Amino acid sequence: MAGDRSARTDPDTLSWYEATARQRVTALADPSSVREFLPPTERRMSPHLPLFDLPRAFDDGIVVGEATLDGAPVLIAAQEGRFMGGAFGEIHGAKLVGLLRVALELKPKAVLILFDTGGVRLQEANAGETAIAETMRAIVDVRAAGIPVIGLIGGRAGCYGGGGLIAGTCSRLAVSEGGRISVSGPEVIETNKGAEEFDSRDRALVWRTMGGKHRRLTGGADAFCADTVSAFRRAALDLIGRAPAFDLDTLEAEQARLEDRIARFGDCHDATDVWRRLGVNDPEAVPAMDTDAFDAIVARVGEMDHDAR
Amino acid sequence: MTLAEILTSMFPDGHDVTVQDGLVSGTGPFADGRITLVGIDGDTPLGVDGALRLSRSVLDAIRAGDRAPILVAVDSDSQRMSRRDELLGLNECLAHLAKALLLADRSGHPTIGLIYGHSAAGAFIATALATRVLAALPGANPSVMDLPSVARVTKLPLDKLNDMAKTTPVFAPGLDNMVATGAVHVVLDSEKPLPRQIRDLIADLEPGDVRDRLGAERGGRPAAHDVARAVIDQAGRR
Amino acid sequence: MESLTFRHTTKKPLPGSVPNAITGVVASGNLEVLLERVLPPDACEVAIETPIAGYGDVWEAVVADFVARAQPGGLRISINDGGARPDTVSLRLLQGARLMEA
Repeated sequence: MAGDRSARTDPDTLSWYEATARQRVTALADPSSVREFLPPTERRMSPHLPLFDLPRAFDDGIVVGEATLDGAPVLIAAQEGRFMGGAFGEIHGAKLVGLLRVALELKPKAVLILFDTGGVRLQEANAGETAIAETMRAIVDVRAAGIPVIGLIGGRAGCYGGGGLIAGTCSRLAVSEGGRISVSGPEVIETNKGAEEFDSRDRALVWRTMGGKHRRLTGGADAFCADTVSAFRRAALDLIGRAPAFDLDTLEAEQARLEDRIARFGDCHDATDVWRRLGVNDPEAVPAMDTDAFDAIVARVGEMDHDAR
Repeated sequence: MTLAEILTSMFPDGHDVTVQDGLVSGTGPFADGRITLVGIDGDTPLGVDGALRLSRSVLDAIRAGDRAPILVAVDSDSQRMSRRDELLGLNECLAHLAKALLLADRSGHPTIGLIYGHSAAGAFIATALATRVLAALPGANPSVMDLPSVARVTKLPLDKLNDMAKTTPVFAPGLDNMVATGAVHVVLDSEKPLPRQIRDLIADLEPGDVRDRLGAERGGRPAAHDVARAVIDQAGRR
Repeated sequence: MESLTFRHTTKKPLPGSVPNAITGVVASGNLEVLLERVLPPDACEVAIETPIAGYGDVWEAVVADFVARAQPGGLRISINDGGARPDTVSLRLLQGARLMEA
C-alpha cells in the first residue's frame, strides 16, 4: 500500500519521533520491500471503540508485515502512537501476536517491533492485557528458536505499561532520546501516589527517570540512536548480529545484572545520582548532551553492554 | 480461599512454604514428587525487589532440573507505582520474572497460575498471566483497572461504564470477564481438594497458547483469534 | 459516531494506476484517508465516520470542492475522522489523490 509518500521519507532526515508508524516501516526497510499483512484496505477495525463513541483506525493502530533489511528477510510491527496512544486493543494486539507466531514458520533473520505505546487500551482492557501476555510468550518462543526480536523505541507515546514488559522480553533494544521506557506512566504514579512521589508536569524529571539516556546508561537498552530512521536502521542491523540466546544462562546473568543494579543504585533518589555513581563526571550535563557526546560517555563508563536480557 | 486454606488443601502432610513481605515461596509434596510454590499474598504490590526474589525462586526451581510443576499463587495489587521502581527499571524486573516462568514451562516444568484474590496490570502480566494455564478460585478479582479510574481516563460517566460493564466483557474488571477473554482458563471448585484439580490441569495441558481460541469460544474476545490466524495466513501466502 | 456518504460523478478518471493509498492518522484534530481505485472511472464516493455529529453540510461542501478540483474518478474514499478542521480535511484529500496519481 502506498502510504504517506507525500511526506519526507529520506531515512537520513526523517525524524523517528515525528514520523507515522507506516512512514517508519517504509523508510526503515529496504526500498519497496514492505508487504503489509491485514492492510488498511481490509478494514480490520476495533469492534469495541464504537461503544465508546470513539473513532476507529483501518489498521487499529499497528502496521505488521514483512520486508527486507540489507537484503535479509525480517518481520516488522510498528505501533502508531498517535492513534489511541498506540495502546493495545484486541485487534492491535492480535496482529502482533499473529506476526510473532508466524515467525516460527517463516524463520526470518529477525522480528523488529517498533514500539510506540501507552500500554493497554482501557476501552478494551481485558483483551489488551491478555494480548500482552500472549505477545510475551510468543516472543520467548521466537527467541528460543534462535530468531532475534529487536525493539526500537523512540516514538511520541514512548513504551509504557505492558509495552514496557514486552520490551523487557525482547533480545535487544535500541532507544533514542525521545524513547521512554517504563511501566507506570508519570500521570499514573501521580494520580495514585501524589505529586510528591512523582510530579508528572516536571518533564525533565520524566526524561531523566524513564528516558532513553537513563535506560542506555543503566543497561536497560543496548543502543542509543539519534532521532532519525537511518540511526535506528543501523542500530537494528548491529543488534540483530549480537542477540543473546534465550536460555537459563542468559536469565541467570540477567538475574545477577538486575540484582547488582538494585544493590548499587537502590538508594539513589534521582537518575543523576545513579549516573554520578556510574562514574559520569558531570551528570547534570547528560540530558542536554547530543548523541556524539553521549556516546562518548557511554564508551567511557563502558559497563552497560551485556548479554543478560 | 485464603493462602492458609490453599496451603492446607494443597499440602495436608505439611510443606516448607514461607511468606515474607507478601512474597510466597517454598515447596511441598505433590503427586509422586514435589511442587514449587511462588506467589504474592495480601494484595501486595510487586516492585523491583519482589520481582527479583520471585524470579530467583523460579530460576532455582529450573536449576534443580526435576521438572517439578510450579504453582504461581496470586493475590496482589498492581505493579508498585513509585519513582524508585521506575528509576531502577521495573519493566526489566517484571519482564525478567515473566521470562523465568516462561523458561520454566519450556524446560519441562508445568506452570500453573492460581489467582485467589486481586491482581492487576503489570503484576498480573508478570506472574499469573506468564503461566501455561491460569486457574482461578471463586471470589478472585483480577482487573486491569478499576472502573472509577477507567472513568477518569475515558472521561465517561461512571454510571454509564457500570451499565456497559454488564454487557461488555472486553473492558470491565472481574473474574467472569477474564474467563470470557480466555486469560483465565478455568475456575476451580473451592469445596474440593486442590491437588486433584491441579493434577487434572497438568494432565490436560495443551500445546501452544490457547487463550485467543478460548476468548473466541467464550465470546469475550470475538476477533483476536481470527485476526492472528489471518496474519499467519497472509504471511504464508506469496 | 455519525456516518456520511457522498457520491459524485466526475468528468474524468483520476490519472495514475496506484490501486490504493492511505494518508493521515486518526488523532485529535486529524484524520486518516483511505483511497481505493475500485469504482467506474467517472464515479467517486466519499464515506466518512466522525465522532462529531451535526457537520454534514460542512463535509458536503469540503468533499464537493475536492471533487471539483481533483476530478478523482474511480476512487472510493473512506475517512476515519478524529475531529479534523475543514482545511485539514481538504489537505489530506488532496495529499491522498496525489499518492494515487503517482
